[in-house]
Amino acid sequence: MKKAIWLLVLLALGFSASLAQTRTVKVGFVSTLSGGGAALGIDVRDGFNLAIRLLGNQLGGLPVEVLVADDQQNPDVARQAVDRMLKRDRVDFMTGIIFSNVLLAVGEAIFEEKVFYISPNAGPSEYAGEQCSPYFINVAWQNDNLHEAMGQYVQTRRFENAFLLAPNYPAGRDALTGFKRFFKGKVVAEVYHRLGQLDFSAEIAQIRAVRPKAVYAFEPGAMGVNFIKQYAEAGLLREIPLFLPGFSADADVIRAVGRAMVGIYNSSQWALELNNPVNQRFVEEFRKAYGRIPTLYASQGYDAALLLDTAIKAVGGDLSKKDELRKAMLAGFNSTRGFIRFSPNGYPIQNYYLRQVIQQPGGEIVNRLVGTIFTNHRDAYVDRCKLR
Amino acid sequence: MPPSLLIEQLLNGLQFGLMLFLLAAGLTLVFGIMDMINLAHGSLYMIGAYLTATFVGLLGNFWLAVLLAVLGTALVGMLLELSVLRQLYRRDHLSQVLATFALILIINEVVRIIWGSQPLLLSAPEGLSGPVELLPGLSYSAYRLTIIGVGLLVAALLFWLVNRTRVGMWLRAGASNREMAQAMGVPIRPLFTLLFGVGAGLCAVAGAFLGPILAVQIGMGEGILILAFVVIVIGGIGSIKGALVGALLVGTVDTAGRAFLPLLLSQVASPEVAANLGPALASILIYLLMAAVLFFRPQGLFPART
Repeated sequence: MKKAIWLLVLLALGFSASLAQTRTVKVGFVSTLSGGGAALGIDVRDGFNLAIRLLGNQLGGLPVEVLVADDQQNPDVARQAVDRMLKRDRVDFMTGIIFSNVLLAVGEAIFEEKVFYISPNAGPSEYAGEQCSPYFINVAWQNDNLHEAMGQYVQTRRFENAFLLAPNYPAGRDALTGFKRFFKGKVVAEVYHRLGQLDFSAEIAQIRAVRPKAVYAFEPGAMGVNFIKQYAEAGLLREIPLFLPGFSADADVIRAVGRAMVGIYNSSQWALELNNPVNQRFVEEFRKAYGRIPTLYASQGYDAALLLDTAIKAVGGDLSKKDELRKAMLAGFNSTRGFIRFSPNGYPIQNYYLRQVIQQPGGEIVNRLVGTIFTNHRDAYVDRCKLR
Repeated sequence: MPPSLLIEQLLNGLQFGLMLFLLAAGLTLVFGIMDMINLAHGSLYMIGAYLTATFVGLLGNFWLAVLLAVLGTALVGMLLELSVLRQLYRRDHLSQVLATFALILIINEVVRIIWGSQPLLLSAPEGLSGPVELLPGLSYSAYRLTIIGVGLLVAALLFWLVNRTRVGMWLRAGASNREMAQAMGVPIRPLFTLLFGVGAGLCAVAGAFLGPILAVQIGMGEGILILAFVVIVIGGIGSIKGALVGALLVGTVDTAGRAFLPLLLSQVASPEVAANLGPALASILIYLLMAAVLFFRPQGLFPART
């Protein structure tokens, strides 16, 4: 009897201890932080961390712990990091991955554990259509979107034909599919090269031989820096206009390529001068904290944290209410791009803008917002997703 | 197919091949003469590129930076030989592979500690960043032309060194029969150290000139090291001439494969298939070449040992 009472006392103590201790949110952040794609991962990470810091190291009122790992742009390395975070660290949310081939290698493992994956970048068509998951939300875009916008723009400029170039990986194929969905001119060549290729001499010679009216290239990270530099060095930039998605023409690429970028048109879901309070604060704080101009990647990392904050607040900090969490996320949040809602497949419904790289009177080279290409645009795969 | 495309691709192949030759030359001599497999050769190439980028940042002059980087890398190479690699000559190839693989990992981490994990920016010198018109309708990057010129110059110097000087004679003697050369009084130990320094310097030249075209980043040496091994296997181990021919073959085949295979495939197959199959086939083309050479001439095209 005495024993039983002691046991009860202990149990009660245990309960009260666990009640008194506020729950922390654990976020697993796996991203590409070294190698040719590092600039992207570092920007997403810095944006994400900045948002958390501005929220007082809390998400939705709960103290937050972020575990960071580098996937080295290698699916195998990512798998190990994700397994560790799911099984050992028992994270509540995962985010961070840049490259679609890396995400596709680990996505199923995350969804199986019923852990939400908030994608700040990779948006493969696979997870938009048949393989969509209730545990997948992408705050940025579906892979095709920025290319669809550029296809639409090149179409309105009435170019008769175009030469398309992309790396041979899921997002590369999504990119050119997206471009061709809206560009109705002739595609003179559709060239895929190895992911991570840095010497584009063979492709540039092909472009020179084919003499297209326009070139569209999806080259993220270091590939973009090298391609644009070499395209300019070969003297083609003056002869054949080059069109890019925002990925290949944002502050990271501009910093590396320099003056050759001036004049290039590109598409983006975000722009430096978008006029809303969230964005103004983001741009100002980011420049203050890191001393550089934020990229669209940084805005996506920042937005990923804001979405989590909104959703956790909506369920009152009870992370076990998975359905409510999902509903709260899909319902939308105030992002750096204004208020954004999501389709049932977890992809955003938003505007896509046209930007042009310009040199300011002070000498600084930045992207200027020129116009809107799509308003409230959805991805093309949502109807194939069974989720409602 | 317009002739300008062919000429441009040939120039691309030549440029890539000459840079591969600079890497392969050091590798083939070390392998041929010392019978030593040095996987860390690619790391010296990386060090050369990093030093160049650093010196360009400090001095602002590309050519001076290249000179300093070449000397610096040669010094690192010689120190490496004196401290670590010298212990490995008498070991079997497996120990050498393991030890030099460890060196790759160590050097990568050291570079990460010193320079950070983000790639460094290295731009072509200002005056060479534009195009040059070679023929009407064919402009080519001035910087790539410079690389071809430098590559040819260094190759000529190397041939002079190996074929016309006493040190070169010792080297050739060592490559064809090491024991005999040693017995005839060739000073093998200092020769090895010097050879290592020269090999490292050549790596640095390649790293410095490829830096602005590729990227100065950690692990840049590993991918190109594999190609350099393909080159020396094709050319014949220990032979400078073999390394040159092998490098030009690999450079041309690789470039031509990337450029023309997808075009050829799209004539016979659907664009989707061509787009998927082309890059895959192009990337295995040089290995097919190596397999063919090994089948018909197992010693390589120009074996040093007969």
